[in-house]
Amino acid sequence: MLQMSVNSGANAAPNGAFARTLAQLPEGEAGVLDRLDLPDDIARRLMELGFLPGHIIVPARSAPTGDPRVYRVDGSEVALRRETASRLILRASKDPSVL
Amino acid sequence: MSECHDCAGCAVAVAPPPLHNGARTHVVAIIGPPNSGKSTLFNRLTGLRQKVANFPGVTVEQRVGKAKMNKAKTPHHSEVVLVDLPGVYSLSPRSEDEQVTRDVLAGNMAGIPKPDALLLILDCTNLGRHLVLAAPILSLKLPTLVILNMADDLKNRGGYVDTAELASELGSPVALISAAKGQGVEKVFQFMEGTSAGTTSLAPPRVELPILQDIPRCRQWAHDVGTGAAYRAPAPPIWTRRLDSVFLHPIAGPLIFLMVVAGVFQTIFKGAKPLMDGLQALIQTSGQGIEHLLPPSIFRSLLVDGIWSGVGAVIVFLPQILLLFLFIGILEDSGYLARAALIADRTMAKFGLQGKSFIPLISAYACAVPAIMATRTIENKRDRLATILIAPFMTCSARLPVYTLIIAAFIADRPLLGHFFGMQAGALLGLYILGFVAAIATARLLKSSILKSERVPFVLEMPPYRWPTLRSLGLRLIDRSKVFLRRAGTVILLVIVVLWVLENLPLKNGQPPEIGDSFAGMIGHAVEPAIKPLGFNWKIGIGLVSSIAAREVIVGTLGTIYHKEGTSESEGLRQALRSDLTPGGAVALLVFFAFAMQCMSTIAVVRRETGGWKWPAVQFAYMTFLAYICALITNEVVRSGIFT
Repeated sequence: MLQMSVNSGANAAPNGAFARTLAQLPEGEAGVLDRLDLPDDIARRLMELGFLPGHIIVPARSAPTGDPRVYRVDGSEVALRRETASRLILRASKDPSVL
Repeated sequence: MSECHDCAGCAVAVAPPPLHNGARTHVVAIIGPPNSGKSTLFNRLTGLRQKVANFPGVTVEQRVGKAKMNKAKTPHHSEVVLVDLPGVYSLSPRSEDEQVTRDVLAGNMAGIPKPDALLLILDCTNLGRHLVLAAPILSLKLPTLVILNMADDLKNRGGYVDTAELASELGSPVALISAAKGQGVEKVFQFMEGTSAGTTSLAPPRVELPILQDIPRCRQWAHDVGTGAAYRAPAPPIWTRRLDSVFLHPIAGPLIFLMVVAGVFQTIFKGAKPLMDGLQALIQTSGQGIEHLLPPSIFRSLLVDGIWSGVGAVIVFLPQILLLFLFIGILEDSGYLARAALIADRTMAKFGLQGKSFIPLISAYACAVPAIMATRTIENKRDRLATILIAPFMTCSARLPVYTLIIAAFIADRPLLGHFFGMQAGALLGLYILGFVAAIATARLLKSSILKSERVPFVLEMPPYRWPTLRSLGLRLIDRSKVFLRRAGTVILLVIVVLWVLENLPLKNGQPPEIGDSFAGMIGHAVEPAIKPLGFNWKIGIGLVSSIAAREVIVGTLGTIYHKEGTSESEGLRQALRSDLTPGGAVALLVFFAFAMQCMSTIAVVRRETGGWKWPAVQFAYMTFLAYICALITNEVVRSGIFT
């Protein structure tokens, strides 16, 4: 498994206290994507759809059961299953180096 | 004077046109990301002059059409051949779609000449994402028109782009159009007039065209180019968000979903019934009319009893299929299909499938043929294949006459749950459940074995809601009925003729033989040892052979064999079956029909949709094997008397 970690460099939050995944982000709250913890080809597929490190993602409505959920990204809306969203790691919003 | 004075920045050469061989066709390929309106534009340009097939050897759909050109402006080419390529985000060959696109663009696709010009269609409400594709496409150095589609959306939602500036940045003409409304489509024709006359030349792009594997850098490039053309992204689609707050509401959403599904179901069964009955009556009366016109002969028998009634048995399904495609068309074009897929996804995921498999599988309760054609909305190839392979297990309407006949003949209608739900209704429901269970069990089996390795996650783009246009719905209906009638019709015609020959030859004293002495009877006798363990005799054997044309044909064949009226309501036929079949054999026959792929039309359409004989062969072998084993077990269990 290859970790796609583009543009993360020094800003990358370690898998520690601050790191949240996209699946944990509440509806309507904006998050900044840090990296895609997915195999290279899948990460590329998602990046083509706008899930790019550094981009803002806002969770919108979900299916009645809560999964899959629609994400607003890059001017369009794309639904992902929780299993995929939980591999997209967000930048820690409390981390001052991002803000 | 420019040929395309309307399209901004069109580079026109004054140089004499290159030598054209008059007979050589001018080929233009349409390329663009998914949901950019590619197919809408293709339909606009070609209308009814299009053909849908598969690229050789792959499951990727190939749509080729002809656009009629103005003869005065394009003396060498009165028509331009248009090729609609699959939707791709990039040209890196990671999926079958991308490989096909690359092959066509490089001229390496068998049967399709290298395109002379390209139409690159992008959604201008989402230019930041879509413009990425421009770099690798423009680097091909083919005359390319960059089409910014959804111009109406961009304007209504307050977006802007300077097309002249974008054209000079990219070195290619840019046209702002709305393919759905037909606005600006004349610019596309003008571009094609220019390229087919050879008067379009390439201008060097002002910006660098990077071919990068690094997506963030490609995006940055697209962003910079957009900024250079004063691109302002449109405001979020307010109506789409309002509608989603209803259609994806935690309570209202599923209720609306169920109503839509119930509506589809109701329409394809109840709504289509009068039309189907009318068509049936028409076929019967016209058949009788022909019978009266011709003198009695073996030829008349072939024409009326064979071809007319056989092909009629298939055409009867056309109203159902058209209504189904009308529904699916409205759902897809309006954008609701994506929402329905989102709601159904969790349930379908339990069986290893995904939300987009739901509507096709529901359709399969009417007929597997349109259901399999409807799987084209599933982009993921493996999910699509899995859906195609399990669809024929759903209880289609052609099984009903067989079920009705056997159940009425062998199962006493004792009350099971009160007076309204008797044993017969229970048996019918049981058969529906049996087919459904076989379908999901097969889906799980497929997704944990041969179709497992797919690692592409479930990704579902939610397009904005749009009004479906009559034009696009109409074109789709015409296309689908053509496919159904041609593929199903021709195959069925062939099978019907072969079956008629088998049932009416060899001649005895110049007369057709008793069916037991015909070739079909010989086949029935020959297969009897193999089907005896299932509780079937040679007569059922003939019925099974004939039902390959279409499942319900067995009812008519059994009528012929027993010299009774060949309908599922025929009391005489029920009596004859009761005295000739064991209860074990009868229940086994029901189970056999629940599982077996006794349908030439389905086989033909699977071959078409999967691009070869491999999958229909696998599917036929698997379903027949399953049907045989389960019928064998059923017969043994019923014979052993556990249930009596």
